[in-house]
Amino acid sequence: MIKDQAYLKKIADICLSKSKKLGSTDASILVQSSVSENINVRNKKLDGSERSENLGVVLTTYLGKKKSSIASSNLKESNLNELVDRCIETMKITPEDEYNSLPDKDLHFSGLKDLDLYDETHLSNEDKINYIKEAEDEAFSNNKIVNTNGSGFGENKSNFLLANSNGFADGYKTSQFTAYCEVVSKSNGSMERDYEYTSKRFYNDILKPKQLGSIAAEHAVKKLNPKKIKSEKISLIFDKRISKNFLSIFASAISSSAIAKGTTFLKDKLNQKVFNTEININDRGDIKKANGSRYFDSEGIGIINLDLIKNGILQDYLIDTYNGKKINRKSNGRASGTTNLYFENGSKTFSELIKSEKKLLYIKETIGHGTNIINGDYSVGASGIMIENGEFSYPVSEITIAGNLNNIFQNITLADDLEFNYSTNSPTMHVEGMIVGGK
Amino acid sequence: MTSLLKNSELSLEKADKIVSETLNSCDDGELYVEDTKSETIVLDDNKIKSSNYTSDLGYGFRAVTGDTVAYSHSNEISEKSLKNSSDNLKSTLKNNSGTYNSEIKKTNQKLYKDIDPIESKSMKSKIELLNNMNEYARSKDSSVKQVTASFLAEKKNIEIIRSGGELLSDNRPLVRINMSVMVEKNGRKETGVYGIGGRQDYDEYLKNDNWKKVCDEAFRIANTNIESKPSPAGEMKVVLGPGWPAILIHEAVGHGLEGDFNRKKTSAFHDLVGKKVASKGVTIIDDGTIDNRRGSLNIDDEGTPTERTVLIEDGILKNFMQDRLNARLMNTKSTGNGRRESYKHVVMPRMRNTIMLGGTNTQEEMIKSVDKGIFAVSFGGGQVDITSGKFVFNCTEAYEIINGKVGAPIKGATLIGDGPSSLKEILMVGNDMMLDPGIGTCGKAGQGVPVGVGQPSLLINNMTVGGTQL
Repeated sequence: MIKDQAYLKKIADICLSKSKKLGSTDASILVQSSVSENINVRNKKLDGSERSENLGVVLTTYLGKKKSSIASSNLKESNLNELVDRCIETMKITPEDEYNSLPDKDLHFSGLKDLDLYDETHLSNEDKINYIKEAEDEAFSNNKIVNTNGSGFGENKSNFLLANSNGFADGYKTSQFTAYCEVVSKSNGSMERDYEYTSKRFYNDILKPKQLGSIAAEHAVKKLNPKKIKSEKISLIFDKRISKNFLSIFASAISSSAIAKGTTFLKDKLNQKVFNTEININDRGDIKKANGSRYFDSEGIGIINLDLIKNGILQDYLIDTYNGKKINRKSNGRASGTTNLYFENGSKTFSELIKSEKKLLYIKETIGHGTNIINGDYSVGASGIMIENGEFSYPVSEITIAGNLNNIFQNITLADDLEFNYSTNSPTMHVEGMIVGGK
Repeated sequence: MTSLLKNSELSLEKADKIVSETLNSCDDGELYVEDTKSETIVLDDNKIKSSNYTSDLGYGFRAVTGDTVAYSHSNEISEKSLKNSSDNLKSTLKNNSGTYNSEIKKTNQKLYKDIDPIESKSMKSKIELLNNMNEYARSKDSSVKQVTASFLAEKKNIEIIRSGGELLSDNRPLVRINMSVMVEKNGRKETGVYGIGGRQDYDEYLKNDNWKKVCDEAFRIANTNIESKPSPAGEMKVVLGPGWPAILIHEAVGHGLEGDFNRKKTSAFHDLVGKKVASKGVTIIDDGTIDNRRGSLNIDDEGTPTERTVLIEDGILKNFMQDRLNARLMNTKSTGNGRRESYKHVVMPRMRNTIMLGGTNTQEEMIKSVDKGIFAVSFGGGQVDITSGKFVFNCTEAYEIINGKVGAPIKGATLIGDGPSSLKEILMVGNDMMLDPGIGTCGKAGQGVPVGVGQPSLLINNMTVGGTQL
């Protein structure tokens, strides 16, 4: 069982009062409790079960502009006392940093909590096994699926309390239901794997098992017997599960920490045209039941909605208290990063997009970590499907795609097929003229 | 020996009783108790940005029968909590019954000292040294615009309680020193990253002004890249430098030789034992027994002593890396590769220090033999798709080779290859085998574990380079 707010509050109070007693001028604390249960199935047979109960506390103490943190999973009072001692001792010898402080009191969240982020539905292990077996059954009904890498179902419930010595104390429960199915297809000596994944706060919102299994199978079969193509300059279509990665890259490039340090290719680009004029990017924390929704960030600051890109122009950064001070900006509640980050829909349909050029390469998977936030260079391994005259023709693999994000961002056209499946979401994306490395 | 349970509400006797009673009718399993202390100090943007200390104590209780694994973990160490876990394991395995295999090898292996690297250097001296590194790196050139330096130290004590009361333990120190330097010249920005570490005290790595070498190297890489030109795209010959570039070996074949993927027949290598998978002269081992290395362990996380496992010998595939579960199901013995990130994670076959042994060629010969290609000296991360065998890694320092000579530095590019075929494309194996500086973390199924790699210089006939220059 996850712990209730009263229990979390008791732990928080012990740590906060002890820190004060030992001489800290300020302190903030996060106490978390979570329980997760996961079931794994492979080839329609139970492969494993996992149950985890986690408790944890993170305490940050301040002495004026000095700061130190401790974290622990051992919440026995004797251990907590020892750790607070240690935190205070370290804090005293840590150099001052003029930007250290608790967040601005005026920005603390206070309001209604009506976003529906917790579903108390509990599935028995049997029900979880049945769900995921049904997904695998469906995948295996495709005769090219010969094996699975494992499929799983997970249910996670958590509760937390965030408190600080300025009087903030709030927390809430969240839930997450997750299922994935990863299958292996085989034909003519070629073996490929692919997956489908669904994760929602409410059990009723996740994909039905049959959908999960059939989509996974379809993905894996479409990759069979790939060709390697010649190196060339070609326009790419990014599948939705890849196009959203560009939003994550964008988010890290406009984090106030990167902006303050100057370690991003988007430094000094505020109010400038970063994308073409048709592109709008929003970050909204107040979408009901959505994966990325939250009331406040890890400092207790209320989330406001941000129009990060409007008609291609960069309007804002993602700002927390510490880095905000460095760049003379107030926090906008993004100490924990983005919330529900998305591109607004474009004006073309998916079908118009894939017919927009005679030859296009549809990218379904990228591998590697080839993104350089500092200068915008982008180079990753990829696989996908060649599109000729608007028709998917043959799978392609063992290629690289490369470019610079400054150019890529200017050359994006979006379809109108946005869905809120994850916390970061994008429609299908067309990027003109990227370099494919192949034969 | 005093058990990690000493100060908890759960006595060792009670724990033994619950473990034996739960695992009696299972094939395998154990109670794994872990007490980890870790400290991270980060200097960033001219300031000590954070000092974090973490203390984590918890258990993971595992029961295995046939190929089904039941796992329950918690950081509430009490009889009640362990009984709950026991009930949970029993309910998962209620339709299975097995015979407990109590056999486990013993060892007196001592590959690192039982030290506490967090306490052995004072906070004051750590902060002072980080400040020195910052000042030294910034003093190297006025083009240095940003410096991030960090110290990470950990002491992980583990205890494994098996059915029948057998108790195995290991105390594992680990440190890592990281340096990142950003230079800016003529409107261009590039970074250089370098780090060192292993299972000894900080001072073993930092003494004799060794910390300056860490700064020098990070600056050198950044400064080289500031002059880099766009990388070529397409297939070409690649010369790899010795040491850290062995993450190529780790990605190209290492993961594909882990027992679980082969037992499940999802690895491109599963039916290739005894077959030629690499050029003659290529021998690859996974060695958990090298003193003080990041990937070394006295015993693995199931209690099996680690060993030096030959994976590929003179081009022929010999062995997979096994944990107890996959070894049992494949009728072989664990090679001591059963690892987990922490008590919150299930055991899987994982690499330790994965190394290609040296050959006879010189790096000079290799470069001389290339008309058009690239010379890759250092890498960032890599990744592999086990099933298709495709793997990538990202160059962080590379040069073009033209007519047998090393030319201009080129921009960071991804290299992509095919695991089962790329090792057959190795044309020369160097005589300069080198281990990496002690910085690797391998990710698999969401779990990160410290690993090492090593290799000599290599000449590879054909790899695809992900540049922008056609």
